[in-house]
Amino acid sequence: MNVAIGATKCESLLRFCCRLPERPIMRIVIDAEKCQGHNRCYALAPELVDVDDLGMAQVINGGVVPAGSEDKAHLLVANCPEYAISVVE
Amino acid sequence: MTDTRIRTAPPVIDWATDFDHTDPVWVYNPFPIWEDLRKRCPVAHSDRFNGVYLPTRAEDIHAIAYDTEHFTSRSVVVSTNEPIAVAPIGGAPPITSDPPFHQHARKILLPAFGPKVIEALRPRVVELCHKLIDDMQGRDVVDGAVDYAQNIPPAVIAHMLGLPMEDGDIFRRFIHNTLGNVDAAPEVREAAFGELDYYLDAHIVDHLENPRDDLISFLQNAEIFGNKLSSEHVRGTIALLLIAGIDTTWSAIGASLFHLASTDSDRNRLRNEPELLPTAVEEFLRAYAPVTMARIVKEDVEISGTVLKEGEWCLLPFPAANRDPEAFVDADQFVIDRAENRHAAFGLGIHRCLGSNLARLELSVAVQVWMERFPDFIIEDPSAVTWAPGQVRGPRILPIRVLERS
Repeated sequence: MNVAIGATKCESLLRFCCRLPERPIMRIVIDAEKCQGHNRCYALAPELVDVDDLGMAQVINGGVVPAGSEDKAHLLVANCPEYAISVVE
Repeated sequence: MTDTRIRTAPPVIDWATDFDHTDPVWVYNPFPIWEDLRKRCPVAHSDRFNGVYLPTRAEDIHAIAYDTEHFTSRSVVVSTNEPIAVAPIGGAPPITSDPPFHQHARKILLPAFGPKVIEALRPRVVELCHKLIDDMQGRDVVDGAVDYAQNIPPAVIAHMLGLPMEDGDIFRRFIHNTLGNVDAAPEVREAAFGELDYYLDAHIVDHLENPRDDLISFLQNAEIFGNKLSSEHVRGTIALLLIAGIDTTWSAIGASLFHLASTDSDRNRLRNEPELLPTAVEEFLRAYAPVTMARIVKEDVEISGTVLKEGEWCLLPFPAANRDPEAFVDADQFVIDRAENRHAAFGLGIHRCLGSNLARLELSVAVQVWMERFPDFIIEDPSAVTWAPGQVRGPRILPIRVLERS
Protein backbone atom coordinates (compact mmCIF):
# COMPACT_ATOMS: atom_id res chain seq x y z
CA MET A 1 0.00 0.00 0.00
CA ASN A 2 2.74 2.42 1.03
CA VAL A 3 4.66 1.54 -2.07
CA ALA A 4 1.58 2.23 -4.19
CA ILE A 5 1.00 5.64 -2.55
CA GLY A 6 4.69 6.41 -2.96
CA ALA A 7 4.47 5.55 -6.63
CA THR A 8 1.43 7.79 -7.06
CA LYS A 9 3.16 10.74 -5.38
CA CYS A 10 6.25 10.19 -7.43
CA GLU A 11 4.17 10.06 -10.60
CA SER A 12 2.34 13.29 -9.65
CA LEU A 13 5.64 15.03 -9.09
CA LEU A 14 6.89 13.76 -12.41
CA ARG A 15 3.76 14.96 -14.17
CA PHE A 16 4.01 18.36 -12.48
CA CYS A 17 7.67 18.81 -13.36
CA CYS A 18 7.34 17.57 -16.91
CA ARG A 19 3.96 19.34 -17.43
CA LEU A 20 2.37 16.05 -18.43
CA PRO A 21 -1.45 16.02 -18.58
CA GLU A 22 -3.06 14.97 -15.26
CA ARG A 23 -4.13 11.33 -14.97
CA PRO A 24 -7.84 11.25 -14.24
CA ILE A 25 -8.65 9.99 -10.74
CA MET A 26 -10.24 6.55 -10.90
CA ARG A 27 -12.55 5.60 -8.05
CA ILE A 28 -14.23 2.37 -6.99
CA VAL A 29 -17.85 2.84 -5.97
CA ILE A 30 -19.73 0.17 -4.00
CA ASP A 31 -23.51 0.17 -3.94
CA ALA A 32 -24.24 -0.82 -0.33
CA GLU A 33 -27.85 -1.64 -1.26
CA LYS A 34 -26.68 -4.26 -3.74
CA CYS A 35 -23.67 -5.69 -1.85
CA GLN A 36 -24.60 -9.01 -0.22
CA GLY A 37 -21.17 -9.81 1.17
CA HIS A 38 -19.97 -12.37 -1.38
CA ASN A 39 -16.46 -10.99 -0.64
CA ARG A 40 -15.23 -11.77 -4.14
CA CYS A 41 -13.75 -8.25 -4.33
CA TYR A 42 -12.01 -8.53 -0.96
CA ALA A 43 -10.58 -11.91 -1.96
CA LEU A 44 -9.29 -10.50 -5.26
CA ALA A 45 -7.84 -7.22 -4.02
CA PRO A 46 -7.75 -6.60 -0.26
CA GLU A 47 -5.56 -3.60 -1.09
CA LEU A 48 -8.51 -1.94 -2.86
CA VAL A 49 -11.54 -3.14 -0.86
CA ASP A 50 -11.99 -3.93 2.83
CA VAL A 51 -14.94 -5.57 4.60
CA ASP A 52 -16.85 -4.46 7.69
CA ASP A 53 -17.82 -6.68 10.64
CA LEU A 54 -20.83 -7.99 8.72
CA GLY A 55 -18.63 -8.91 5.74
CA MET A 56 -19.95 -6.10 3.54
CA ALA A 57 -17.51 -4.45 1.13
CA GLN A 58 -16.08 -1.02 1.98
CA VAL A 59 -13.86 1.10 -0.24
CA ILE A 60 -10.40 2.04 0.99
CA ASN A 61 -9.13 5.64 0.78
CA GLY A 62 -12.41 6.93 -0.65
CA GLY A 63 -12.22 4.33 -3.38
CA VAL A 64 -9.29 6.03 -5.11
CA VAL A 65 -7.47 3.50 -7.29
CA PRO A 66 -3.69 3.84 -7.08
CA ALA A 67 -1.86 4.21 -10.40
CA GLY A 68 -1.13 0.79 -11.81
CA SER A 69 -4.17 -0.88 -10.18
CA GLU A 70 -6.69 0.15 -12.83
CA ASP A 71 -6.94 -3.33 -14.35
CA LYS A 72 -7.46 -4.82 -10.90
CA ALA A 73 -10.29 -2.35 -10.28
CA HIS A 74 -12.00 -3.41 -13.51
CA LEU A 75 -11.54 -7.05 -12.48
CA LEU A 76 -13.46 -6.37 -9.25
CA VAL A 77 -16.34 -4.97 -11.29
CA ALA A 78 -16.36 -8.03 -13.54
CA ASN A 79 -16.44 -10.50 -10.68
CA CYS A 80 -19.15 -9.04 -8.47
CA PRO A 81 -22.13 -11.42 -8.72
CA GLU A 82 -24.51 -8.67 -7.53
CA TYR A 83 -23.29 -5.95 -9.95
CA ALA A 84 -22.64 -3.83 -6.84
CA ILE A 85 -19.26 -2.43 -7.92
CA SER A 86 -18.54 0.23 -10.49
CA VAL A 87 -15.55 2.32 -11.45
CA VAL A 88 -15.86 6.04 -12.15
CA GLU A 89 -13.29 8.42 -13.58
CA MET B 1 -23.52 -42.77 1.62
CA THR B 2 -24.45 -44.66 -1.52
CA ASP B 3 -27.94 -44.03 -2.77
CA THR B 4 -29.47 -47.45 -2.28
CA ARG B 5 -33.13 -46.43 -2.43
CA ILE B 6 -35.43 -48.49 -4.57
CA ARG B 7 -36.82 -45.97 -6.98
CA THR B 8 -40.58 -45.91 -7.23
CA ALA B 9 -41.05 -42.73 -9.30
CA PRO B 10 -41.64 -43.39 -13.01
CA PRO B 11 -38.84 -42.42 -15.43
CA VAL B 12 -39.05 -38.98 -17.03
CA ILE B 13 -40.21 -38.91 -20.66
CA ASP B 14 -40.33 -35.15 -21.29
CA TRP B 15 -38.20 -32.86 -19.12
CA ALA B 16 -40.26 -29.80 -20.06
CA THR B 17 -43.52 -31.13 -18.65
CA ASP B 18 -42.56 -33.91 -16.23
CA PHE B 19 -39.05 -33.22 -14.93
CA ASP B 20 -37.77 -34.79 -11.73
CA HIS B 21 -34.53 -33.57 -10.13
CA THR B 22 -34.19 -36.90 -8.31
CA ASP B 23 -34.36 -38.95 -11.54
CA PRO B 24 -31.15 -40.97 -12.14
CA VAL B 25 -30.64 -39.36 -15.56
CA TRP B 26 -30.60 -35.87 -13.97
CA VAL B 27 -28.48 -37.04 -11.03
CA TYR B 28 -25.87 -38.50 -13.37
CA ASN B 29 -25.66 -35.55 -15.78
CA PRO B 30 -28.12 -32.63 -15.58
CA PHE B 31 -26.24 -30.31 -17.96
CA PRO B 32 -27.75 -31.51 -21.29
CA ILE B 33 -31.24 -31.35 -19.74
CA TRP B 34 -30.79 -27.68 -18.81
CA GLU B 35 -29.27 -26.87 -22.19
CA ASP B 36 -32.23 -28.42 -23.99
CA LEU B 37 -34.80 -26.67 -21.78
CA ARG B 38 -33.11 -23.27 -22.08
CA LYS B 39 -33.72 -23.43 -25.83
CA ARG B 40 -37.26 -24.75 -26.00
CA CYS B 41 -38.90 -24.20 -22.60
CA PRO B 42 -36.98 -21.85 -20.31
CA VAL B 43 -39.42 -22.37 -17.41
CA ALA B 44 -40.37 -26.04 -17.22
CA HIS B 45 -43.11 -27.49 -15.02
CA SER B 46 -43.77 -30.86 -13.45
CA ASP B 47 -46.74 -32.20 -11.51
CA ARG B 48 -44.38 -34.23 -9.33
CA PHE B 49 -43.87 -33.04 -5.74
CA ASN B 50 -47.36 -31.48 -5.90
CA GLY B 51 -46.25 -29.07 -8.61
CA VAL B 52 -42.80 -27.59 -9.25
CA TYR B 53 -41.32 -25.11 -11.75
CA LEU B 54 -37.79 -25.11 -13.17
CA PRO B 55 -36.26 -21.98 -14.70
CA THR B 56 -33.03 -22.70 -16.59
CA ARG B 57 -31.89 -19.31 -17.92
CA ALA B 58 -29.57 -17.14 -15.82
CA GLU B 59 -31.75 -14.09 -16.33
CA ASP B 60 -34.87 -15.81 -14.95
CA ILE B 61 -33.00 -17.49 -12.09
CA HIS B 62 -31.53 -14.13 -11.08
CA ALA B 63 -34.94 -12.44 -11.26
CA ILE B 64 -36.55 -15.05 -9.00
CA ALA B 65 -33.67 -14.94 -6.51
CA TYR B 66 -34.25 -11.19 -6.11
CA ASP B 67 -38.05 -11.39 -6.05
CA THR B 68 -39.09 -11.79 -2.41
CA GLU B 69 -42.50 -10.33 -3.21
CA HIS B 70 -43.76 -13.24 -5.32
CA PHE B 71 -41.61 -16.00 -3.82
CA THR B 72 -41.22 -17.15 -0.22
CA SER B 73 -38.28 -19.06 1.27
CA ARG B 74 -40.56 -20.74 3.84
CA SER B 75 -39.24 -24.04 2.54
CA VAL B 76 -36.13 -24.39 0.39
CA VAL B 77 -36.02 -28.15 -0.17
CA VAL B 78 -38.54 -29.52 -2.67
CA SER B 79 -39.92 -32.72 -1.21
CA THR B 80 -43.06 -34.70 -0.64
CA ASN B 81 -43.65 -32.73 2.56
CA GLU B 82 -45.98 -29.79 2.70
CA PRO B 83 -43.92 -27.22 4.59
CA ILE B 84 -45.44 -26.73 8.03
CA ALA B 85 -43.24 -23.91 9.32
CA VAL B 86 -44.78 -20.50 8.94
CA ALA B 87 -43.31 -17.44 7.23
CA PRO B 88 -41.62 -15.11 7.93
CA ILE B 89 -39.36 -17.11 10.31
CA GLY B 90 -39.58 -20.63 8.91
CA GLY B 91 -38.05 -23.78 10.37
CA ALA B 92 -34.38 -22.93 9.90
CA PRO B 93 -33.84 -19.16 10.11
CA PRO B 94 -32.55 -17.21 8.26
CA ILE B 95 -32.55 -19.49 5.17
CA THR B 96 -36.29 -20.14 5.60
CA SER B 97 -37.08 -16.54 6.57
CA ASP B 98 -38.63 -13.79 4.48
CA PRO B 99 -38.24 -10.01 4.79
CA PRO B 100 -38.40 -8.09 7.00
CA PHE B 101 -37.61 -10.70 9.69
CA HIS B 102 -34.90 -12.25 7.52
CA GLN B 103 -32.36 -9.44 7.78
CA HIS B 104 -32.52 -9.39 11.58
CA ALA B 105 -31.95 -13.14 11.88
CA ARG B 106 -29.15 -12.98 9.31
CA LYS B 107 -27.38 -10.03 10.93
CA ILE B 108 -26.87 -12.08 14.10
CA LEU B 109 -24.85 -14.64 12.17
CA LEU B 110 -22.92 -12.52 9.66
CA PRO B 111 -20.00 -11.51 11.94
CA ALA B 112 -19.19 -15.17 12.71
CA PHE B 113 -18.83 -15.93 8.98
CA GLY B 114 -16.96 -12.83 7.78
CA PRO B 115 -13.79 -13.45 5.75
CA LYS B 116 -11.37 -12.35 8.48
CA VAL B 117 -12.93 -14.54 11.16
CA ILE B 118 -13.05 -17.51 8.79
CA GLU B 119 -9.44 -17.04 7.63
CA ALA B 120 -8.34 -17.75 11.21
CA LEU B 121 -9.57 -21.34 10.70
CA ARG B 122 -7.09 -21.95 7.86
CA PRO B 123 -4.35 -23.71 9.93
CA ARG B 124 -6.96 -26.07 11.39
CA VAL B 125 -8.27 -26.97 7.90
CA VAL B 126 -4.73 -27.46 6.53
CA GLU B 127 -3.87 -29.78 9.41
CA LEU B 128 -7.11 -31.72 8.97
CA CYS B 129 -6.52 -32.25 5.23
CA HIS B 130 -2.96 -33.46 5.81
CA LYS B 131 -4.18 -35.85 8.50
CA LEU B 132 -6.79 -37.32 6.11
CA ILE B 133 -4.10 -37.88 3.49
CA ASP B 134 -1.72 -39.36 6.08
CA ASP B 135 -4.49 -41.87 6.84
CA MET B 136 -4.48 -43.00 3.17
CA GLN B 137 -0.83 -44.01 3.37
CA GLY B 138 0.07 -47.21 1.54
CA ARG B 139 -3.04 -47.24 -0.66
CA ASP B 140 -2.82 -46.75 -4.41
CA VAL B 141 -6.56 -46.39 -4.80
CA VAL B 142 -8.41 -44.04 -2.46
CA ASP B 143 -11.89 -42.57 -2.44
CA GLY B 144 -11.78 -38.80 -2.94
CA ALA B 145 -15.29 -38.47 -1.54
CA VAL B 146 -15.41 -41.05 1.25
CA ASP B 147 -11.82 -40.83 2.51
CA TYR B 148 -11.36 -37.10 1.98
CA ALA B 149 -14.12 -34.65 0.93
CA GLN B 150 -16.90 -35.91 3.18
CA ASN B 151 -14.71 -35.63 6.30
CA ILE B 152 -13.59 -32.01 5.97
CA PRO B 153 -16.75 -29.90 6.47
CA PRO B 154 -18.22 -31.97 9.36
CA ALA B 155 -15.03 -31.58 11.42
CA VAL B 156 -14.91 -27.83 10.79
CA ILE B 157 -18.58 -27.10 11.50
CA ALA B 158 -18.54 -29.38 14.57
CA HIS B 159 -15.67 -27.28 15.90
CA MET B 160 -17.51 -24.03 15.17
CA LEU B 161 -20.82 -25.15 16.65
CA GLY B 162 -19.35 -27.01 19.62
CA LEU B 163 -20.55 -30.50 18.67
CA PRO B 164 -18.44 -33.67 19.02
CA MET B 165 -15.95 -33.95 16.15
CA GLU B 166 -16.47 -37.73 16.03
CA ASP B 167 -20.18 -37.36 15.17
CA GLY B 168 -19.50 -37.00 11.42
CA ASP B 169 -21.41 -40.20 10.60
CA ILE B 170 -24.44 -38.94 12.53
CA PHE B 171 -24.35 -35.60 10.66
CA ARG B 172 -24.12 -37.35 7.31
CA ARG B 173 -27.12 -39.51 8.17
CA PHE B 174 -29.16 -36.39 9.02
CA ILE B 175 -28.14 -34.86 5.73
CA HIS B 176 -29.11 -37.94 3.77
CA ASN B 177 -32.50 -37.96 5.47
CA THR B 178 -33.26 -34.27 5.04
CA LEU B 179 -31.66 -33.40 1.69
CA GLY B 180 -31.09 -36.69 -0.12
CA ASN B 181 -34.20 -38.65 0.71
CA VAL B 182 -36.66 -36.05 -0.58
CA ASP B 183 -39.04 -38.48 -2.25
CA ALA B 184 -39.51 -40.59 0.89
CA ALA B 185 -42.97 -40.72 2.43
CA PRO B 186 -43.84 -37.66 4.56
CA GLU B 187 -43.93 -39.71 7.78
CA VAL B 188 -40.43 -41.04 7.09
CA ARG B 189 -39.19 -37.47 6.66
CA GLU B 190 -41.01 -36.26 9.78
CA ALA B 191 -39.33 -39.03 11.78
CA ALA B 192 -35.92 -37.99 10.39
CA PHE B 193 -36.43 -34.38 11.43
CA GLY B 194 -37.54 -35.63 14.85
CA GLU B 195 -34.29 -37.55 15.22
CA LEU B 196 -32.28 -34.45 14.32
CA ASP B 197 -34.17 -32.34 16.89
CA TYR B 198 -33.61 -35.02 19.54
CA TYR B 199 -29.86 -35.03 18.87
CA LEU B 200 -29.58 -31.24 18.88
CA ASP B 201 -31.70 -30.78 22.02
CA ALA B 202 -29.22 -32.78 24.11
CA HIS B 203 -26.40 -30.48 23.00
CA ILE B 204 -28.53 -27.37 23.45
CA VAL B 205 -29.25 -28.38 27.07
CA ASP B 206 -25.57 -29.17 27.65
CA HIS B 207 -24.56 -25.75 26.34
CA LEU B 208 -27.12 -24.03 28.58
CA GLU B 209 -25.56 -25.75 31.58
CA ASN B 210 -21.97 -25.40 30.37
CA PRO B 211 -21.66 -22.32 28.15
CA ARG B 212 -18.51 -22.11 26.04
CA ASP B 213 -16.92 -20.16 23.22
CA ASP B 214 -18.78 -21.63 20.24
CA LEU B 215 -21.72 -20.87 17.97
CA ILE B 216 -24.31 -22.75 20.03
CA SER B 217 -23.54 -20.69 23.15
CA PHE B 218 -23.34 -17.58 20.98
CA LEU B 219 -26.85 -18.21 19.62
CA GLN B 220 -28.19 -18.88 23.11
CA ASN B 221 -26.97 -15.43 24.18
CA ALA B 222 -27.91 -13.61 20.98
CA GLU B 223 -30.81 -11.16 20.96
CA ILE B 224 -33.35 -10.12 18.39
CA PHE B 225 -35.58 -7.07 18.96
CA GLY B 226 -34.19 -6.86 22.51
CA ASN B 227 -35.13 -10.43 23.45
CA LYS B 228 -33.25 -13.72 23.50
CA LEU B 229 -33.94 -15.93 20.46
CA SER B 230 -36.76 -18.43 20.90
CA SER B 231 -35.64 -22.01 21.49
CA GLU B 232 -37.12 -22.97 18.09
CA HIS B 233 -35.07 -20.24 16.45
CA VAL B 234 -31.86 -21.40 18.18
CA ARG B 235 -32.46 -25.03 17.27
CA GLY B 236 -33.52 -24.21 13.69
CA THR B 237 -30.40 -22.13 13.11
CA ILE B 238 -28.12 -24.81 14.55
CA ALA B 239 -29.79 -27.37 12.28
CA LEU B 240 -29.28 -25.03 9.33
CA LEU B 241 -25.58 -24.45 10.06
CA LEU B 242 -25.02 -28.16 10.56
CA ILE B 243 -26.86 -29.34 7.46
CA ALA B 244 -26.08 -26.51 5.04
CA GLY B 245 -22.40 -26.45 5.97
CA ILE B 246 -21.60 -30.07 5.24
CA ASP B 247 -22.75 -31.79 2.05
CA THR B 248 -22.57 -28.58 0.04
CA THR B 249 -18.82 -28.13 0.59
CA TRP B 250 -18.22 -31.87 0.58
CA SER B 251 -19.85 -31.88 -2.88
CA ALA B 252 -17.76 -28.94 -4.11
CA ILE B 253 -14.51 -30.56 -2.94
CA GLY B 254 -15.47 -33.92 -4.46
CA ALA B 255 -16.55 -32.39 -7.79
CA SER B 256 -13.28 -30.44 -7.98
CA LEU B 257 -11.23 -33.61 -7.43
CA PHE B 258 -13.44 -35.39 -9.96
CA HIS B 259 -12.69 -32.70 -12.54
CA LEU B 260 -8.94 -32.72 -11.88
CA ALA B 261 -8.76 -36.52 -11.88
CA SER B 262 -10.61 -36.74 -15.19
CA THR B 263 -8.98 -33.78 -16.98
CA ASP B 264 -5.22 -34.22 -17.54
CA SER B 265 -4.66 -30.72 -18.94
CA ASP B 266 -6.20 -28.90 -15.97
CA ARG B 267 -4.54 -31.19 -13.41
CA ASN B 268 -1.12 -30.64 -14.99
CA ARG B 269 -1.68 -26.92 -15.30
CA LEU B 270 -2.64 -26.52 -11.63
CA ARG B 271 0.31 -28.68 -10.65
CA ASN B 272 2.74 -26.54 -12.65
CA GLU B 273 1.06 -23.21 -11.87
CA PRO B 274 -0.25 -23.46 -8.28
CA GLU B 275 -0.79 -19.68 -8.32
CA LEU B 276 -3.88 -20.41 -10.46
CA LEU B 277 -5.66 -21.83 -7.40
CA PRO B 278 -7.90 -18.77 -6.75
CA THR B 279 -9.32 -18.65 -10.31
CA ALA B 280 -9.49 -22.45 -10.41
CA VAL B 281 -11.56 -22.48 -7.21
CA GLU B 282 -14.05 -19.94 -8.60
CA GLU B 283 -14.26 -21.97 -11.82
CA PHE B 284 -14.90 -25.20 -9.87
CA LEU B 285 -17.68 -23.30 -8.11
CA ARG B 286 -19.12 -22.06 -11.40
CA ALA B 287 -18.91 -25.25 -13.45
CA TYR B 288 -19.80 -27.67 -10.64
CA ALA B 289 -21.94 -25.46 -8.38
CA PRO B 290 -23.45 -28.00 -6.00
CA VAL B 291 -26.51 -26.16 -4.72
CA THR B 292 -29.93 -25.75 -6.30
CA MET B 293 -32.18 -23.71 -4.01
CA ALA B 294 -35.97 -23.59 -4.02
CA ARG B 295 -38.80 -21.19 -3.27
CA ILE B 296 -42.56 -21.46 -2.98
CA VAL B 297 -44.62 -19.19 -5.24
CA LYS B 298 -46.34 -16.69 -2.93
CA GLU B 299 -48.42 -14.93 -5.59
CA ASP B 300 -49.02 -15.82 -9.24
CA VAL B 301 -46.24 -14.29 -11.32
CA GLU B 302 -45.17 -14.44 -14.96
CA ILE B 303 -41.57 -15.38 -15.73
CA SER B 304 -40.50 -15.49 -19.40
CA GLY B 305 -44.05 -16.13 -20.59
CA THR B 306 -44.94 -18.80 -18.04
CA VAL B 307 -47.35 -18.01 -15.20
CA LEU B 308 -46.07 -19.56 -11.98
CA LYS B 309 -49.02 -20.51 -9.77
CA GLU B 310 -49.27 -19.64 -6.10
CA GLY B 311 -48.48 -22.50 -3.73
CA GLU B 312 -46.27 -24.50 -6.09
CA TRP B 313 -42.55 -25.03 -5.70
CA CYS B 314 -39.93 -23.33 -7.83
CA LEU B 315 -36.43 -24.75 -8.09
CA LEU B 316 -33.62 -22.19 -8.33
CA PRO B 317 -30.87 -24.08 -10.18
CA PHE B 318 -27.88 -21.78 -9.73
CA PRO B 319 -25.74 -24.51 -11.39
CA ALA B 320 -27.86 -24.05 -14.54
CA ALA B 321 -27.48 -20.24 -14.37
CA ASN B 322 -23.71 -20.79 -14.23
CA ARG B 323 -23.81 -22.76 -17.49
CA ASP B 324 -25.98 -20.33 -19.45
CA PRO B 325 -24.14 -19.19 -22.62
CA GLU B 326 -26.01 -15.87 -22.39
CA ALA B 327 -24.22 -15.19 -19.10
CA PHE B 328 -20.77 -16.74 -19.68
CA VAL B 329 -18.36 -17.01 -22.58
CA ASP B 330 -17.64 -20.71 -23.23
CA ALA B 331 -20.17 -21.56 -20.53
CA ASP B 332 -19.75 -25.30 -21.06
CA GLN B 333 -15.94 -25.18 -20.95
CA PHE B 334 -13.91 -25.36 -17.77
CA VAL B 335 -11.50 -22.40 -18.02
CA ILE B 336 -9.04 -22.72 -15.16
CA ASP B 337 -7.82 -19.12 -15.42
CA ARG B 338 -11.20 -17.51 -16.17
CA ALA B 339 -10.61 -13.91 -15.09
CA GLU B 340 -14.20 -12.67 -15.23
CA ASN B 341 -16.45 -15.01 -13.33
CA ARG B 342 -19.68 -13.67 -11.89
CA HIS B 343 -20.89 -17.14 -10.92
CA ALA B 344 -23.90 -17.59 -8.67
CA ALA B 345 -22.74 -20.75 -6.86
CA PHE B 346 -23.52 -19.09 -3.52
CA GLY B 347 -26.85 -17.72 -4.70
CA LEU B 348 -27.81 -14.10 -5.25
CA GLY B 349 -29.61 -11.44 -3.27
CA ILE B 350 -30.51 -11.44 0.41
CA HIS B 351 -30.06 -15.20 0.83
CA ARG B 352 -26.44 -15.30 -0.40
CA CYS B 353 -24.87 -18.34 1.24
CA LEU B 354 -23.92 -17.27 4.76
CA GLY B 355 -21.04 -19.74 4.83
CA SER B 356 -19.52 -18.82 1.47
CA ASN B 357 -16.21 -17.70 2.99
CA LEU B 358 -15.96 -20.92 4.96
CA ALA B 359 -16.83 -23.00 1.89
CA ARG B 360 -14.24 -21.17 -0.20
CA LEU B 361 -11.57 -21.66 2.48
CA GLU B 362 -12.31 -25.39 2.83
CA LEU B 363 -12.40 -25.93 -0.94
CA SER B 364 -9.16 -24.00 -1.55
CA VAL B 365 -7.26 -25.76 1.22
CA ALA B 366 -8.65 -29.19 0.30
CA VAL B 367 -7.55 -28.86 -3.34
CA GLN B 368 -4.21 -27.26 -2.45
CA VAL B 369 -3.22 -29.92 0.09
CA TRP B 370 -4.42 -32.75 -2.18
CA MET B 371 -2.35 -31.42 -5.10
CA GLU B 372 0.70 -31.00 -2.87
CA ARG B 373 0.50 -34.54 -1.54
CA PHE B 374 -0.89 -36.27 -4.66
CA PRO B 375 0.51 -34.29 -7.62
CA ASP B 376 -0.80 -36.85 -10.13
CA PHE B 377 -3.95 -38.95 -9.99
CA ILE B 378 -6.72 -40.29 -12.22
CA ILE B 379 -10.21 -41.71 -11.85
CA GLU B 380 -9.78 -45.41 -11.14
CA ASP B 381 -13.13 -46.53 -12.49
CA PRO B 382 -15.43 -43.92 -14.08
CA SER B 383 -18.41 -46.27 -13.92
CA ALA B 384 -18.06 -46.54 -10.14
CA VAL B 385 -18.49 -42.79 -9.54
CA THR B 386 -21.88 -41.93 -8.01
CA TRP B 387 -23.51 -38.52 -7.56
CA ALA B 388 -25.82 -37.34 -4.76
CA PRO B 389 -29.47 -37.02 -5.72
CA GLY B 390 -31.57 -33.95 -4.97
CA GLN B 391 -30.69 -30.29 -4.66
CA VAL B 392 -27.06 -30.74 -3.62
CA ARG B 393 -24.99 -32.41 -6.32
CA GLY B 394 -21.54 -33.87 -5.83
CA PRO B 395 -19.74 -37.22 -6.00
CA ARG B 396 -20.46 -39.65 -3.18
CA ILE B 397 -18.23 -42.49 -4.45
CA LEU B 398 -15.07 -41.32 -6.21
CA PRO B 399 -12.37 -43.97 -6.64
CA ILE B 400 -9.07 -42.31 -7.50
CA ARG B 401 -5.75 -43.96 -8.39
CA VAL B 402 -2.81 -42.03 -6.96
CA LEU B 403 0.00 -42.01 -9.54
CA GLU B 404 2.47 -39.89 -7.63
CA ARG B 405 2.83 -38.76 -4.02
CA SER B 406 5.07 -36.37 -2.19
